[in-house]
Amino acid sequence: MSFSISKQGEVVVVDVEGQLIVGNRQELKQKVLDELEKGEKKFLIDFSQTGYIDSSGLGVLVSLSKKIREQGGELRLANLNDDLQTLFELTKLDTLFQISETRERALESF
Amino acid sequence: MSDSEVAMDVEIPSDVKYIEGVIELATRKCRELSIPPRKCSLNVRVALAEALSNAILRGNGDAAHKHVRIKATVSDAAVVFDVTDEGPGFDLGADRPDPTSPENLMQEDGRGLFLMQRLMDRVERFQSDGNVVRLTLNRE
Repeated sequence: MSFSISKQGEVVVVDVEGQLIVGNRQELKQKVLDELEKGEKKFLIDFSQTGYIDSSGLGVLVSLSKKIREQGGELRLANLNDDLQTLFELTKLDTLFQISETRERALESF
Repeated sequence: MSDSEVAMDVEIPSDVKYIEGVIELATRKCRELSIPPRKCSLNVRVALAEALSNAILRGNGDAAHKHVRIKATVSDAAVVFDVTDEGPGFDLGADRPDPTSPENLMQEDGRGLFLMQRLMDRVERFQSDGNVVRLTLNRE
């Protein structure tokens, strides 16, 4: 499991490879906060290579969303598979995040 | 109740780094038992991950010298996961805030037990050589 960060235009794109769970959530949080501290404002997390997310992973996404908004930025999500979509719907976090079906659509939405 | 057999019985040190390996093993067993793929990929993985992190971080207080046991038994009707830690247990019936209510949506915590209860057909907690959280998932 790992996180890779790239830049597409003005958007910082984070790919979550593997799982986003209690054992690695802090790593994701720190990577995004480091970019935020550098002055980045637009963030996209792409879940196309993600297996599952637990409640602590969801919690980190909520926390990052708050911190990014506080700095005047935006966090968007893309490529949730059926399982992840169900997870977001169960927790109603689909109402909190702007979620796009593809990375391209998400990038266009900023 | 129909006869059941043990499909998996493992003990891990109380460290979150072992969670992913246990989940992969449980998912593989789930698929071998011809349980519907969606139940293996979503219900089992997420609910078991919640039970394990709860056992390691809360039950065992993140103490590395303690252990967590994961036992799965299977019958014609259901697969049952028993996750046992060395803690005193908790009150499953305690009143907890609804993490999906608008005032709680922005909370970072509080979704673990909610997800277990939504993704499993039954969640129980009892004492038996430790604190046991039992997750039951009907096969159909």
